[in-house]
Amino acid sequence: MPYDPELPSEAQFMTSSAHSSDAARAPVEIRAAGICKSFARHPALNDVSLDVRPGELLALLGPSGSGKTTLLRVIAGLEFPEDGQILFDETDVTFAAAAARGVGFVFQQYALFRHMTVAQNISFGLDVRKGGARPDKAERARRVEALLKLVELEGLGGRHPAQLSGGQRQRVALARALAVEPRVLLLDEPFGALDATVRKSLRRELRRIHDATGVTTVFVTHDQEEALELADRVAVMSRGQLEQVGTPAEVYAHPSSAFVAGFVGDANRFCGQMLHGRFTSGALSVSAPGVADGAAEAFIRPHHFEMATDDLSGDSVTARLERLVANGPYARLEARLTDGRIVDAIASHAQLGDLPPAGGEIVLKITGGHVFASA
Amino acid sequence: MSGQTPIRPNQDPGWLRTLILSTVVLFMSVMVGLPLITVFAVGLSKGLGPAMEAIREHDALAAVGLTLFIAAIAVPFNAVFGVCASWAIAKHSFRGKSFLVSLIDLPFSVSPVVAGLVYVLVFGLQGWFGPWLIDHNIKIIFAVPGIVLATVFVTFPFVARELIPLMEAQGSDEEEAAVSMGASGLATFLRVTAPNIRWGLIYGVLLCNARAMGEFGAVSVVSGHIRGQTTTMPLHVEILYNEYDFVGAFAVAGLLCLMALATLALKTLVEIARPEVGGHAV
Repeated sequence: MPYDPELPSEAQFMTSSAHSSDAARAPVEIRAAGICKSFARHPALNDVSLDVRPGELLALLGPSGSGKTTLLRVIAGLEFPEDGQILFDETDVTFAAAAARGVGFVFQQYALFRHMTVAQNISFGLDVRKGGARPDKAERARRVEALLKLVELEGLGGRHPAQLSGGQRQRVALARALAVEPRVLLLDEPFGALDATVRKSLRRELRRIHDATGVTTVFVTHDQEEALELADRVAVMSRGQLEQVGTPAEVYAHPSSAFVAGFVGDANRFCGQMLHGRFTSGALSVSAPGVADGAAEAFIRPHHFEMATDDLSGDSVTARLERLVANGPYARLEARLTDGRIVDAIASHAQLGDLPPAGGEIVLKITGGHVFASA
Repeated sequence: MSGQTPIRPNQDPGWLRTLILSTVVLFMSVMVGLPLITVFAVGLSKGLGPAMEAIREHDALAAVGLTLFIAAIAVPFNAVFGVCASWAIAKHSFRGKSFLVSLIDLPFSVSPVVAGLVYVLVFGLQGWFGPWLIDHNIKIIFAVPGIVLATVFVTFPFVARELIPLMEAQGSDEEEAAVSMGASGLATFLRVTAPNIRWGLIYGVLLCNARAMGEFGAVSVVSGHIRGQTTTMPLHVEILYNEYDFVGAFAVAGLLCLMALATLALKTLVEIARPEVGGHAV
């Protein structure tokens, strides 16, 4: 577990609280096995199995309608599956109530209690405990203060949610979910409603808080950049099924299906035919050993098109330079193939001198790509 | 006049606004204001004495008591029913939900007289349960229980109608959050749902109360008009009027008006006090 020595010591109270036994504090492993769930006979989850390792930060990534939020809610105990099992470590919690599982849930629209102050929101989970399980008033106040400090909202405990910005509300929601000392933290599109700048800083914040608390965390997102940047591992979902689970690097470099190749990272997509280990689509032809003959799809990332100079071994394609955008670390090229299709490619700034003016002819060497037989 | 009045965009010209406003004021004065004034004018036409006498008369006092008694039963009942119904409808999805919503609207669309007749048919002497009720010496029709039933029927949409759109707009995220943090069903309702709907609830209860005190049609059918026993204030007014006791009729009507106006004043106060956001913590 990465540890940030800059953290305020209060931030560690989650791991050192006297109220919890060591067993309860050890990060939990979540295992979902064969989960099926449908809404109005429309399948939302179709035999999904997923293991979340203890203490990891896992992203459920997929387009809307892929079932990622449903899976999160099944893990949380806000929905119950028609078939399958949810295990927290060795305990079967498939039909346990949300509270009994010890999950903290952060809702997409925050779902803060609008008539309560920030401090009352955060201490709600402690206030509703019964008898001896409820910490005394001073202890609850101390914890609220520590959590406000953790999410960097000190001094705002007396405000009402309506008086906060979107980013601040999200932090309150996070603090409220953490107040019950959850064994598992679940977040549904946590940054969906925020603007780009706030989203970026809150992303780092979530990573910092996750590392400080060590709680097994699952978050749902449709933003592949967010998933790749923030998560230890990414689970890609599509149409109620799990497509691939792996580290961001694995999912990006070795997509296991056409869907993952197209959804994670930028890629030029080609529909074509496989014949004798070669994929052909119009003017483009690349070798793809091991793919069955017949209809196929190829995904070639912009950086897999390299500016060819003299070495013309391997696959290459001739194109006309249409547009050049050179405002980032790389220059982005739009090139038109001889069959009229436009592809995105990338060139380093060092190569810019070799480029012809717009409309000139270039040769793109194909250094990689993913070919999948069409289902 | 060549003075330039600044015309704000998206606003009607001054003459048009004046015309519309005066039309509204004129209409309201003739249709609402004038009758209201007439009630008090006729009631007090022979001075305060006879009016007070008409109100202090035994049957009139009984009518006032019965009206308050009916409202005291019907309003809390419908408040509880309304909260339950809107909770079920707004926070859950189930088969036949839209049918239930239409059913709640039924008392608004069915004539109160029909509602009264239905109760007579069911609970009356010749009704379905009539013989059984006689055997057990239970009187519903032409007695207070019948009046309560009729009033409950006529007023039951008020609270639910007020709360359903409010609860639907608020969604069930907050309740889910509370439950996920370990709050019981009751704690969730008391700490999260109730504070969010309290203003809508008060508003619905006041409207419900105004209608419960004023209901005539359904009550008239089931009451039997036994003076001093089963006449509510509206029925008592009718009896006095039919006996050509105009001062008495209008005096009691004036009192009924005052009760309704008090309810309206309370409603306005609620609207003024109602905070735009948040409100104070519970």
